[in-house]
Amino acid sequence: MSNILIRDLIKRHGALVTVDRVSLEIGQGEFIAFLGPSGCGKTTTLRMIAGLTPASAGSIHFGTREVTHLPPYLRDAGLVFQGYALFPHMSVAENVAFGLQMRKVDREEARRRVDEVLSLVKLAHLAGRLPKELSGGQQQRVALARAIVYKPEVLLLDEPLSALDAQLRTEVRTELKRLQSALGLTTIFVTHDQDEALSVADRIVVMSAGRVEQVGTPREIYQRPATRFVAEFIGRTNLFPGGLDGPGRFRSESGERFAFGNADAPSNASALAIRPEHVSLQRGAPAPGGACTLEATVEDVIYRGALTEVVVRTASGARLAAHLHNADSGRDDLRPGDPVVASWPADAPMLF
Amino acid sequence: MAGTRSPSPRSLSDGSFRPVMVGGCVAAFVMVLSPLVAIVWISFFENKIISFPPTGYTLDWYRAAAAMPQFRDGFVTSLKLGVVATLVSLIAGVPAALVLARGRFPGREAIQSLLLAPLIVPGIVAGAALYMFLIEVELASGVQVAMTFWGLALAHSLIALPWTVRLVTASLVGLDPQLKEAALTMGARPLTAFRLVTWPLIRPGVVAGALFAFIASFVDLEKSLFLVGPGVTTLPIVIVNYLEWSIDPTIAAVATVQIAVISAGLVLTDRYFKLARAF
Ligand SMILES: Nc1ncnc2c1ncn2[C@@H]1O[C@H](COP(=O)(O)OP(=O)(O)OP(=O)(O)O)[C@@H](O)[C@H]1O
Ligand SMILES: [Mg+2]
Repeated sequence: MSNILIRDLIKRHGALVTVDRVSLEIGQGEFIAFLGPSGCGKTTTLRMIAGLTPASAGSIHFGTREVTHLPPYLRDAGLVFQGYALFPHMSVAENVAFGLQMRKVDREEARRRVDEVLSLVKLAHLAGRLPKELSGGQQQRVALARAIVYKPEVLLLDEPLSALDAQLRTEVRTELKRLQSALGLTTIFVTHDQDEALSVADRIVVMSAGRVEQVGTPREIYQRPATRFVAEFIGRTNLFPGGLDGPGRFRSESGERFAFGNADAPSNASALAIRPEHVSLQRGAPAPGGACTLEATVEDVIYRGALTEVVVRTASGARLAAHLHNADSGRDDLRPGDPVVASWPADAPMLF
Repeated sequence: MAGTRSPSPRSLSDGSFRPVMVGGCVAAFVMVLSPLVAIVWISFFENKIISFPPTGYTLDWYRAAAAMPQFRDGFVTSLKLGVVATLVSLIAGVPAALVLARGRFPGREAIQSLLLAPLIVPGIVAGAALYMFLIEVELASGVQVAMTFWGLALAHSLIALPWTVRLVTASLVGLDPQLKEAALTMGARPLTAFRLVTWPLIRPGVVAGALFAFIASFVDLEKSLFLVGPGVTTLPIVIVNYLEWSIDPTIAAVATVQIAVISAGLVLTDRYFKLARAF
């Protein structure tokens, strides 16, 4: 059963269209991430779902209820802002109790639920403090507690981790994911950090310039990007503009010939992409019968801990990056200037 | 040199700057306070001709001032005007500030300038203009407004208005608009969100605005000059009128009462609302 249904949502600012026909179905308890570059319309979409920004066209349903034209206070969404927006004149407990107070939950019951949710986010001991007396991570957890305490139909999070440092981010996002699945909250999480999206979301909505580029599981998004934008935006990609050169053959603008094995390649493909981890490098002559190969020269070797990134250059000047696992033993060290043959599995190239 | 503190630009907390700052503060305090202290002091002088040092001290001038009906009436009129002007400036100024702070819309700048204009236009000019306006109204309607309490109240509302608008706007500018949105998403209706979130946060600004509005009205001389009439004269004008004929400690006693009213307002307000938070 779908919990949130968004159909052809549009936001116009005068002639400017900032959200363009966004459609999406979100299941009960699903964790969705909106991922996209800055200014692509993530916040605007979220605000339309919350009811803070009126939609120019389209519809939004929460369950069977149409909420498109309802004011925010009749929608039953929980929203965590990027800056948290905690009420500075209220204690942690009062902040968290606010939503319950609005729902006329009786005092005893409200106190019990506030205590419960505060211990859930491990803040029970700080209930009496004012927001300004908390650290950034603690404030973030208050904001989250405040939004989940009344069990909203949908939990909306607008880059809730962006004010935290790198280590805390990872910690809090794991905690967030745990809470979300424990409570079974339907959640939309806005981020422009792909790592964050890939690691917490059930499904990712990749947006660009107000449009949805692709909706899919993290694995689908990464392994089978639907558009060139998605391929370039998620992870590292070697991208070659060019055109098809017969069935199963692609010729890049700079003249490299690629063979590929995916049957579903579009006939008007204008670019070919290969993930660096699919590229392997050998010294010496091309392996016999290996069609998916390129002769090249090592240009740069960058040690990156778990892997080594080797950038090679073909005779015509095209660059290709390969990620080699440092755990693979017996691999001899490559140096700039070494001649190599790059190869990849036939199904590795993606065509757009 | 590595390991030692690099020279930083002079800051206010810099040790070498401190004496200058303290000196400046002391000088400013002396300049502001000495006339006030002198007036309060003189109000207790025994001798009628003001001379230093006094021959002795007395409370007679306060008794004398209280016995003079023009001072009593002036005081009451000013107090009433101050209260009316403050109320009007709150009723008009707070909603105006709420709308002005909310964002951009056509005419916003113009409205803001208009509301703050009474601060900029010289009082005597505004007073004269208002006087002429009220006379015109009178001629057209046959109802007397100039030289009545309500004519004065109108003028004093104009004196008070910019202060509430300015201070309430200032407190709203520092207010995160997302606070209200957060309240709305949690289920608060707009009025509830205002009552529980916006209002407690702007209250210090509103109180400070009201206080300044009251004081501005209470001490106004120029705008009222043309508009006072028999039976409705403000305290500052009574003082000026009295000074035309005589200078004795009576006037110092009256001024001291005026100072006391204003100080009491400031102290009480600060006690309950922490004025510093409004700025
Ligand atoms: N009131 C407005 N008037 C005109 N354009 C607006 C308005 N609000 C937002 N926009 C534009 O809409 C686009 C989308 O904005 P939005 O805030 O939704 O982006 P975002 O994806 O959340 O970006 P970020 O990751 O930087 O937060 C931006 O290009 C922005 O300039
Ligand atoms: Mg945003």
